[in-house]
Amino acid sequence: MSQYTLNVNGQSRTVDVAPETPLLWVLRDSLDLVGTKFGCGIGMCGACTVHLDGAPVRGCQTPISTVGAKRVTTIEGLSAAASHPLQKAWVELDVPQCGYCQAGQIMTAAALLRDKPKPTDSDIDDAMAGNLCRCATYTRIRAGIHRAAELGANGGAR
Amino acid sequence: MNAVTKPGLDRRSFLRISALAGGGLLLGYTFKSGVLNAAEVGQPTAATLGDFAPNAFIRISPSGAVTIIAARPEMGQGIRTSLPMVVAEELDVDWASVTIEAAMFDSIYGGQSAGGSTSTPQSYAPMRQMGATARAMLVEAAAQTWGVPAAECTTAAGSVLHAASGRRATYGSLVAKAATLPVPAANTVTLKDPKDFKIVGQRVGGYQNADVVSGKALFGIDQKLPGMLYAVYEKCPVFGGKVVSANLDKIKTLPGVKQAFIIEGTANLTGLMPGVAILADSTWSAFSARKQLAVTWDEGPHANDSTAEFNKKAAEIGSKMEGGANIRTVGDTAAALAGAAKVVEATYSYPFISHTNLEPQNTLAHVQGDRVEVWSPTQNPGAGTGLITSALGIPAANIKLHITRSGGGFGRRLSGDYMVEAAAISQKAGVPVKLTWDRTDDLQHDHFRPGGHHFLKAGLDASGKVVAWQSHSVTYGVMAAGRGGGAPTLQAGSGGSLDGNQFPVGAIPNYAAVQTIMECNIPMGPWRAPGNCAFAFVMQGFVDELAVAAGKDPYQFRLDLLAAYPAPAAAPAAGGRGGGGGGGFSVSRARGVLQLAAEKAGWGKKFAKGQGAGIAFHFSHQGYVAFVAEVTVSRTGALKVDRVVAAVDIGRQIVNPSGAENQIQGCIIDGLGTAMYQELTLEKGRMVQSNLAEYPMIRMPQAPAKIEIHFLASDNNPTGLGEPAFPPVAPAIGNAIFAASGKRLRQFPWSKTDLSWS
Repeated sequence: MSQYTLNVNGQSRTVDVAPETPLLWVLRDSLDLVGTKFGCGIGMCGACTVHLDGAPVRGCQTPISTVGAKRVTTIEGLSAAASHPLQKAWVELDVPQCGYCQAGQIMTAAALLRDKPKPTDSDIDDAMAGNLCRCATYTRIRAGIHRAAELGANGGAR
Repeated sequence: MNAVTKPGLDRRSFLRISALAGGGLLLGYTFKSGVLNAAEVGQPTAATLGDFAPNAFIRISPSGAVTIIAARPEMGQGIRTSLPMVVAEELDVDWASVTIEAAMFDSIYGGQSAGGSTSTPQSYAPMRQMGATARAMLVEAAAQTWGVPAAECTTAAGSVLHAASGRRATYGSLVAKAATLPVPAANTVTLKDPKDFKIVGQRVGGYQNADVVSGKALFGIDQKLPGMLYAVYEKCPVFGGKVVSANLDKIKTLPGVKQAFIIEGTANLTGLMPGVAILADSTWSAFSARKQLAVTWDEGPHANDSTAEFNKKAAEIGSKMEGGANIRTVGDTAAALAGAAKVVEATYSYPFISHTNLEPQNTLAHVQGDRVEVWSPTQNPGAGTGLITSALGIPAANIKLHITRSGGGFGRRLSGDYMVEAAAISQKAGVPVKLTWDRTDDLQHDHFRPGGHHFLKAGLDASGKVVAWQSHSVTYGVMAAGRGGGAPTLQAGSGGSLDGNQFPVGAIPNYAAVQTIMECNIPMGPWRAPGNCAFAFVMQGFVDELAVAAGKDPYQFRLDLLAAYPAPAAAPAAGGRGGGGGGGFSVSRARGVLQLAAEKAGWGKKFAKGQGAGIAFHFSHQGYVAFVAEVTVSRTGALKVDRVVAAVDIGRQIVNPSGAENQIQGCIIDGLGTAMYQELTLEKGRMVQSNLAEYPMIRMPQAPAKIEIHFLASDNNPTGLGEPAFPPVAPAIGNAIFAASGKRLRQFPWSKTDLSWS
């Protein structure tokens, strides 16, 4: 076990875990931030997507020992009161079905919008291909990203 | 509209409060499921003193706050939004004023299973009644208070109005009076005219959407209790295998591990299977320790079963009709085939597949003595509690079950295996336990959609009319005791058994269908539109082949077959579970969706080589759905689905068009993904694929570019939409692929077929 002091959603949090523990499980089990989900454990479903210094990473593939002082942003810290344009668009267009993948979808899309505020369908397909939605809400996720681009202008990720 | 989850009261306090509230207010309806104690249905629950709770689904506080209880499990199908909409409509309150509360598992709610797309057909009318009855009592309370006839009072947005005197009273102000009134008989309550609906029929977002997008919505896997341990459970990779020994002494020394033990389990393939539990201080500690677990298994007699052997055996069985059990026989098929101008033969097959809920199976359980409290993502709460009683000896009355939101259902969570596993581990450990399956557990210990093999032969006369149809279907089954107990018999896996009503049976003068069940030891369970999810591909694919052989347009060919059906009075009696042609199949409804899809898609367009359109329809779960798919197949064989046009008849009322369209969009993409990619193979008695790398799922770039949805309102009771739109997807797209490339797809997954053309 080792102590790690993390910057999570703007707050300093200290945990005592084994160095190889994935960030996903530190968030979920140690810090009670359960919005980040476990789906496959091999980085292929995207349900555990969080931001490290603004870049999307797979929480299940990120050992806690590699996080260091990088800023960790989870779905809980993406915006105050679900005010990110993507969150607004998701509610407006009723994107979710079961909702389990949607935190990961939104975190990936937030990074896309920050880099490309007006993405094309093909930009969206490329950026989102790593995020699985078992309910197959892809039609609405795509529409939601376009809608967020309209709403958001500059409301990208932190 | 708000969402809260509150624990229910126990039975004793519920009865006390009902008595205080002047309760015992039986509203008098029964659900079709037959699993409930009808005398208790509709009684009030969880009311706090001073609330008006005329039935189990509604509470109104003196402040005017309206709480509607959502009894059915939410797994993405939107039922915790749509049924409360129905209650709110008849209660006549603003949707924005409603708080939705998820119900505990309790017989007072009637059926709480969500499967077979039955929640809407079973609950739509009762939920209207619940809302309308409460509204009638509030009207009566106002009328008595004002000394005016109730008939002169109206309601709007949570208030009772008396136009003649200009008086108005909010529901909240009437609560005390209404709670003293007797509940009126159901047949005295007037329901709204649907043309006056303000909520039902509107596009309403999922009740927890705001929580979902901010990470606050809690699923089963997110539940926690103080002092809880995190558990994993290793079962024999060969289904039914038993634990001989395990290196538990070593496991117990690993970091974070608190306990490790063997659970003997039962012989029930879909119940509590034998295994080894590891309990640790975190999920990761438990996962990590499991990597060092070494178990000696008694793999039992099925350790050499394989897909290759089953395929070989199926081909032998299907090569002749002899030996198959009769499903349906009409006329003299052998003679008609012998005399046919043209005979078409084809073999269709599909593999075992997994449900792959993105939230792996899990449950939090806390057993204390002969009681247990459980938090579980279930779509069928009674299955898990039944296993807890039978396997662990905990009386049903001592099981308190919180039905959490589920990260996908698709039929997997109709099973209760993961629930009883968590309870068994907690019982033995003496602490609260959250069991989390990993993706490999989930893929390899699913209750799988059975594979199947269909050997088909049909005869056409010189005019292209189908005069004979012959099929030998080969499916999979396990030896199991029947519902009434007794000696085990070979029983087909869920959805494996073909019914004798599949389209186009009614149009064929000489028809012979037989079936053989191959014995295996693989746990099987319902998978989104059981049976139909595969049969539609077979039937609508083969019908397409016959159209081509007959030189007819595939759309017109289907219309002709429907036209050849006998008049409704002579049609097969209603019954069965609604396969392609059974369960009260309506020719006119089938024709309706077929025509609408063709019309909206502009059927008959000319396409360049490499592009084409396909059509298919199917009836299941009381819904009729037709699709026209347009695809492009590149010379190198890359498939792009350009457009899918859907025509859907699920009755006279779409409760929530946004939710309904979401289900159809999802079914289309899921239907394509399942056909294209999904396959599990058995080797040495175990499933080979262990994670998404070997078991690919459809992703955004492969989703159809354009989906258009059209509803056809028919004068029939509304049905659910989690399933009916799934079955016809694969044949519509498969038929389009044939039109574009000349390649006829008869086997899932399509990814194994080279679609290139020149």
